[in-house]
Amino acid sequence: MEDTIAAVATAYGEGGIGIIRISGERARNILSLLFQPAANTEEAPIVNRRLVYGHVVSPSTGERVDEAMAVFMEAPATYTREDVAEIHCHGSVISLSKTLALALENGARLAEPGEFTKRAFLNGRIDLSQAEAVIDVVKAKTETGFSLALAQLEGTLSRRIRELRKGLMDLLVALAVNMDYPDEDIEELEYKVLEERISSIGDEIDRLRATADIGRLIREGLRVTIVGRPNVGKSSLMNALLGESRAIVTEIPGTTRDTIEEGIQIKGIPVYLTDTAGIRATEDTIERIGIEKSKDAVQRADLILFMIDASQPLRPEDIEIAEGIGERKVIVLLNKEDLGKKVSQKELDRILPHAVFIDTAVPLDKGIADLTEEIVSQVNRGNVRQENSLIVTNARQKALLDIASSLLLDALKMTRERAAMDFIETDVRHAWETLGDIIGETISDDIIDQVFARFCLGK
Amino acid sequence: MIGYPMGQYDVIVIGAGHAGCEAGLASARMGKRTLVLSMTLEAVAMMACNPSIGGSGKGHLVREIDALGGQMGLAIDQTFLQSKMLNTSKGPAVHSLRAQADKHSYHLYMKGVLEKQKNLDLRQGEVVEILQEESRVAGVVLTTGATYRCSAVIVATGTFLGGRIFIGDANYEGGPNGMAPSLCLVESLRELGLSLRRFKTGTPARALGSSLHYERMKEQPGDPVIVPFSFMNETLEKDQVSCWLSYTNEKTHTVIRDNLGRSALFGGQIEGVGPRYCPSIEDKVNRFPDRERHQLFVEPEGANTDEVYIQGMSSSFPEDIQEAFYKTIEGLEDIRIVRPAYAIEYDCIDPLELYPWLEHKKVENLFCAGQFNGSSGYEEAAAQGLIAGVNAALKLDKREPFVLDRSEAYIGVLIDDLVTKGTNEPYRIMTSRAEYRLVLRQDNAEQRLTERARSVGLVDDDRFEGYLQRKRETEEEIHRLKNTWVTPSEAASFLSDCGSAPIFSGITLADLMKRSEITYQGLVAIDTTRPQISRHSATAVEVQIKYEGYIVKQQQQIDRFKKLEHRRLPDDIDYVKIEGLRIEARQKLSAVRPLSLGQASRISGVSPADISVLLIHLERKGRGQKTNGPA
Repeated sequence: MEDTIAAVATAYGEGGIGIIRISGERARNILSLLFQPAANTEEAPIVNRRLVYGHVVSPSTGERVDEAMAVFMEAPATYTREDVAEIHCHGSVISLSKTLALALENGARLAEPGEFTKRAFLNGRIDLSQAEAVIDVVKAKTETGFSLALAQLEGTLSRRIRELRKGLMDLLVALAVNMDYPDEDIEELEYKVLEERISSIGDEIDRLRATADIGRLIREGLRVTIVGRPNVGKSSLMNALLGESRAIVTEIPGTTRDTIEEGIQIKGIPVYLTDTAGIRATEDTIERIGIEKSKDAVQRADLILFMIDASQPLRPEDIEIAEGIGERKVIVLLNKEDLGKKVSQKELDRILPHAVFIDTAVPLDKGIADLTEEIVSQVNRGNVRQENSLIVTNARQKALLDIASSLLLDALKMTRERAAMDFIETDVRHAWETLGDIIGETISDDIIDQVFARFCLGK
Repeated sequence: MIGYPMGQYDVIVIGAGHAGCEAGLASARMGKRTLVLSMTLEAVAMMACNPSIGGSGKGHLVREIDALGGQMGLAIDQTFLQSKMLNTSKGPAVHSLRAQADKHSYHLYMKGVLEKQKNLDLRQGEVVEILQEESRVAGVVLTTGATYRCSAVIVATGTFLGGRIFIGDANYEGGPNGMAPSLCLVESLRELGLSLRRFKTGTPARALGSSLHYERMKEQPGDPVIVPFSFMNETLEKDQVSCWLSYTNEKTHTVIRDNLGRSALFGGQIEGVGPRYCPSIEDKVNRFPDRERHQLFVEPEGANTDEVYIQGMSSSFPEDIQEAFYKTIEGLEDIRIVRPAYAIEYDCIDPLELYPWLEHKKVENLFCAGQFNGSSGYEEAAAQGLIAGVNAALKLDKREPFVLDRSEAYIGVLIDDLVTKGTNEPYRIMTSRAEYRLVLRQDNAEQRLTERARSVGLVDDDRFEGYLQRKRETEEEIHRLKNTWVTPSEAASFLSDCGSAPIFSGITLADLMKRSEITYQGLVAIDTTRPQISRHSATAVEVQIKYEGYIVKQQQQIDRFKKLEHRRLPDDIDYVKIEGLRIEARQKLSAVRPLSLGQASRISGVSPADISVLLIHLERKGRGQKTNGPA
């Protein structure tokens, strides 16, 4: 039996209709799980080749995700010659990725790039003369898909996954040595230790799942927080990004007394934008509350936009804010640079080693395009212009993290039951390989290399 | 030297070590007129290194060889001095049987089996040339000029081929155990187009047991109940001999460190690649400076000799240093060494040049097995010997090759690793190399393999009937246990005796056995209708019931694996011409020439995208004529 696969089948964009396509033996079942035909629809919920109106509903929470049309097409008269289900929902990132995620949670595997076409060909749907074209599609998509995934992974996520894999590798090596070298002078691996280590790695994965949760990104958007001392132009920036005046803009420092939050989309990426009160030492109670909220918003931010009035030399408050940001992901906006630039990047390099700098003049709309571009690339490592790569790679990562997590849960359960270590090893190894799939590293000979590097073994 | 004809055979085996013996026996048992040639008949089934068979992973290989109708399991059951099931505290998949062997008896036993085998001639003689006609082997020539014609040759030269011994600064041409090396054959193999490379291995000193102080060491006795290797043996009785455990100490390490420059390994004389799992003591001390001690085992070499083997202490130091450091060890203070430790370097091939049925890609009907293929270990050698023997015979009958895949046997893992991934050091099997370990257990080796072996003619009636009997009783017993219910009152006192939770409604015996504290044997207390079944079957019943859930899970992984494995790649495929493959993939695929898409996917440098391209290529070429079924 082939797996059932799912993916977003339409080019990605805002508005309009987007299609989630599901192909394989479980297509019908998955569709019936997540799609609820409208109550007044009289016909049976799933009839071959009939488009039905209804809602995408999460089977676990009952939440209505989107209003949609759905159709089921029975094999073999379909594109892939397998059973195919299609859900036509709203074309926004939110509905597409939520619906896709539901399909993946309910028995589908994320399609490899070009996999529908590949199946169509392998199942005899596409003519022989098209074979070359199919190869091109598969190759092109696979390679692009792979480089996208890799690019996106260069940052924190891949570093954390490598750490998790290292932890699992340590376990695997300990298990392998215990199993393969019963006679050697090596400490027995105790269940208690095993339990602690599996559980701590499992927790780490769960934390990662929470942050990599596409659900969160979609519900709340990417959390972008604008900071800077008073009157450097934060509210104007917010307005520029919102495309309309929402925050109060005056020349008096401290006008924005509370944090202001807005949901917007930047090139399809949902962004949850927070404008903070200017941070500076103050006696004013109301303002101080605002400042506390600002500091909090900085802590919660996925990305910080740090605005500086570049027409004036740096002030102690600027330095203090910079120090508060430290290692966090930040874009520094050297604003008002049209009024003569008196601040250089060098002055901040030491405090903000990972910052990206952009010159802006917000009222003149200068640098805004650069900024949105940079936000997109910070999220996406520069790849958002490629179709729906963000959702897809995210969904894929999420799905793999989910698998790894459930494997470790099984391993933990077995460890608690004191099951034989080689059964536990099977799940731990599988989890290690699954994490490897996220970052494209799966070479099991590593284990044996590590065994010999770390232990003194042999006759 | 003038050649002269001496006769004609179907299959000639060069070498009578563990690979050569199994190869010759398999070929002869399949009805092929077989000649096994050995440099000296003293080297037949010689255990040139450790005096034991089995151990982690290796024990599995022996069980599989046995299930396939090979000889090794029967040989060790006949000649062992001590037997031990290792890893019993771990899961059933890694339980490993190991036995100390009486080396001389083992050699004599196996020599006797070869001598008595129908269709098989065993002769002393050194092969200096392999004859070839139209890129197919045609015969062999000995040093004496004697020439034998044949249709297939199996090369199993072990460490004899191009052998060179290293002891300290001294190095000289030599084979194992003081025997002569095989030097002339090297040139002939090169002329056939084989690319040869150098591997090395080593062995520790042998000493007189009577010179050791056993009271200062820790005794390592055998198991009270002996589990036989061979499925043919139901029980074994033996007065077992013990091994002894001691440790190196700071003084030992000082002697070694102070003299490192005099070791052949560190002096730079050795170019061959040695195995990491079999490091010399100088290597251990050097690489793990923080270790305060390394363990060593004193193991008997045989029942009729005082010689003992010092396991864990192989070395290429000169003899004076060897003596000095052995004497620092507790119990070994007055050691009298009778054979020094040595390192040996030898010629072997790159196994990537072999098909999975162990035929060489460049020379038709030339089969290869054992250390010649880059492996190490008696069991690894024997396993390949058997497979090479079977396939030489099948090839001459123009029948499909006999290939075991990674989900069927450790032998499959071993050979697939060698011919698909290659190896940079003498290759040793390990349970961690097997992905489907939970299914590849030693208790079910005959259920996995005996029927397949029977279908190619390897298994005689006697063994096959025994197998069918055990299979039937295992199945019936599992069925019975799953359908026999006990009530809470029947089980109450038994459960409380086992420290197991009480039950409140009826339960089957099979379900009770899934509790970790309850064994099949223990359950007999409340199992009033239990039939007598063999010990092999009882173990199988226990494992299959207790671990059913895990086994089912692994079986699903195997089903996925099999799909790619069963997509065969045609022989005539020209990878260079396949549009869409990356250059590296084209080169690697052309070199390895995998049999199936599954094998292709395991080649390093072949990506999932390349596999997709291959899949599409296959579909395009052979639409409507898919080849399914195992290779």
